[in-house]
Amino acid sequence: MKRVSLVFVVALATGFAMQSATAQTLKTIKERGMLTCGVSQGLPGFSAPDDKGNWTGIDVDVCRAVAAAVFNDPTKVKFVALSAKDRFTALQSGEIDLLSRNTTWTLSRDTTLGANFTGVTYYDGQGFMVKKSLKVNSALELNSASVCVQTGTTTEQNLADFFKSNNMKYEVVAFAGADETVKAYESGRCDAFTTDASGLYAYKLKMANPDDHVVLPEIISKEPLGPMVRHGDDQWFDLVKWVLFAMVDAEELGVTQRNVDEMAKSDKPELKRVLGTDGNFGEQLGLTKDWVIRIIKAVGNYGETFDRNVGAGSPLKIARGLNQLWNKGGIQYAPPIR
Amino acid sequence: MLGGGAGWSGFFLQVVFVAVLAWLAYAVVDNVRGNLATQHIAAGFGFLSNNAGFDVNQSLIPYNQSDTYARVFVVGLLNTLLVSIIGIFFATMIGFLVGLGRLSPNWLLSRISGGYVELLRNIPLLFQILFWYLAVLGALPPPRQSISLFGVIFLSNRGLVVPTPIPHSGLEAVTAALVVAIAASLALRFYSRRQLFQSGRVITIWPTVVGMLIGLPVLAALVFGAPVGFEIPQLKGFNFAGGSRIIPEFVALTLALSTYTGAFIAEVVRGGILAVHKGQMEAGSSLGLSRGAALRLIVVPQALRVILPPLTNQYLNLTKNSSLAVAIGYPDLVSVFAGTSLNQTGQAIEIIGITMGVYLLISLVTSVIMSFYNWRIGRSMGA
Repeated sequence: MKRVSLVFVVALATGFAMQSATAQTLKTIKERGMLTCGVSQGLPGFSAPDDKGNWTGIDVDVCRAVAAAVFNDPTKVKFVALSAKDRFTALQSGEIDLLSRNTTWTLSRDTTLGANFTGVTYYDGQGFMVKKSLKVNSALELNSASVCVQTGTTTEQNLADFFKSNNMKYEVVAFAGADETVKAYESGRCDAFTTDASGLYAYKLKMANPDDHVVLPEIISKEPLGPMVRHGDDQWFDLVKWVLFAMVDAEELGVTQRNVDEMAKSDKPELKRVLGTDGNFGEQLGLTKDWVIRIIKAVGNYGETFDRNVGAGSPLKIARGLNQLWNKGGIQYAPPIR
Repeated sequence: MLGGGAGWSGFFLQVVFVAVLAWLAYAVVDNVRGNLATQHIAAGFGFLSNNAGFDVNQSLIPYNQSDTYARVFVVGLLNTLLVSIIGIFFATMIGFLVGLGRLSPNWLLSRISGGYVELLRNIPLLFQILFWYLAVLGALPPPRQSISLFGVIFLSNRGLVVPTPIPHSGLEAVTAALVVAIAASLALRFYSRRQLFQSGRVITIWPTVVGMLIGLPVLAALVFGAPVGFEIPQLKGFNFAGGSRIIPEFVALTLALSTYTGAFIAEVVRGGILAVHKGQMEAGSSLGLSRGAALRLIVVPQALRVILPPLTNQYLNLTKNSSLAVAIGYPDLVSVFAGTSLNQTGQAIEIIGITMGVYLLISLVTSVIMSFYNWRIGRSMGA
């Protein structure tokens, strides 16, 4: 009940306090000298503290990129670990400036929560994981199964839809925390565990015997994951949106963490615009001219961030797939900086 | 009380006080509503009639994913009430047994009871819930290797599956026979008590009562056919099909709540009994009553008056603690309504408001029932 009352107080405070949110976020952050970023309670590859207590992950890098663009210092971020259930309330109430927490972009979330999605950091889809010993090869063989799921996610509805549209029966067992969900699945309470496919790979690594589990091939939903900001501050909305676009554009232009200084000397008009030697695009966002250089030096371009956290260079080894650039067979596409 | 009893000025002050309070409440609601609108955060209770779109694994009423959020609310509420009522029942049983046990002259029994109380009440409840769920019930075998009793009852890590009774042709006759037996037993008891008070004659009625309660329905079943048939659970695919299932989340939560609260109730009971003057017990013994009879007839009725108020507290605590269900995936009110529904609709203020209101209401109703019981005991004792 303590938790419930807390949510209530925060929610009420939202109603009271959120009168003057317009165009204040960037100013507030600069005055505070720190960006407050809502992340998960530990999803490897997306946002999880490493053994030294540093937050790492693709969602974390979005926060760091924004901090780098604003302060030229990717460490000026305070990370707030949020459960799936509490994340929107934390954003609404102003407890965090930015929510970068593997959150699926849906219409109702975009319209009823008083918040906006700024883009897609990761194109995901919901999948299932089962124990190899069950000898199940397809999610369509899961009739009568018990399925463990975390509450407060889009997952529960997708799950209900999938089993209903395939005329299959199942039992749902819903837990508040991700760790409890995984533990219940591991202990055999459920036959299958369902969440976003990226999450399945991440949690698989955390299990006692990762090789005993297999991720089924079916992807049963579209889960575009992206950062969210509060409604009503367009300047801040634009800033966060373009930080992500800049990372994608940088990859497309071949600007990497290693060669960014060299690239800045280039004569190519496109590179000059992106890296700030020509025009004042950074200033239009309320930042400095070298904003993209700052971002790339801090976290690298989109591809580098992807590889380091979830891709080939990480323990997760997830293929780029849909998250490949548009001109390389994926659907990651950013509007041009011009 | 503000200006209490000071005639007109007092009355006036109270009116002003209420008016200010009402205005404040209005200002809060109005301000919140306005701010939510400017923030484009959905408000109002319209969401209750929207389709919820998710499933729940234990429901006392028919429910499926195309039902509304209002129905989800009822499902969650009933699950909370179910675990609370059953938890209260077992906690009371445990509490009275352990409380009496602790006062027992038997050294071993009193030490075991004391140990139970100290162990259970000093470990945080959440750990106990997780202990029962993960360590005890989690260790049960998977459904395919489930522990079977006579091939009809199955225990596995998916819970306890028992045959479901299905009404048959003889049901009405057997029910009627049972009603007749109960009525006859009550009449017999009334008659025997009157005999006891009027002529002092003791009539032993229990063999007749037991005979009637068992004999009459059996006779009816023999004549009119079996009252119920059973749907035997069978392993199909991953789980059992048919039969009724008690989910492990429910068992773990009920066990943890009742053993934990039972430890507190034991202390309440012990305190209540110690509050009765020991001369009462001695008086009972000198009348030739056994220790058990003296406890039952003399001490416990007097102790109840002392026990009831703190006992009510424990009942309320148990009900509120049931919201810890969310940790082990039991679909109570907080889990399905203040959890999933809140997240899907994003209407935190309305949903948390309703949830808090419901807990308040459950607690108030419990208090009223207990006060009524207390009042009745007081009256029957002529106090």
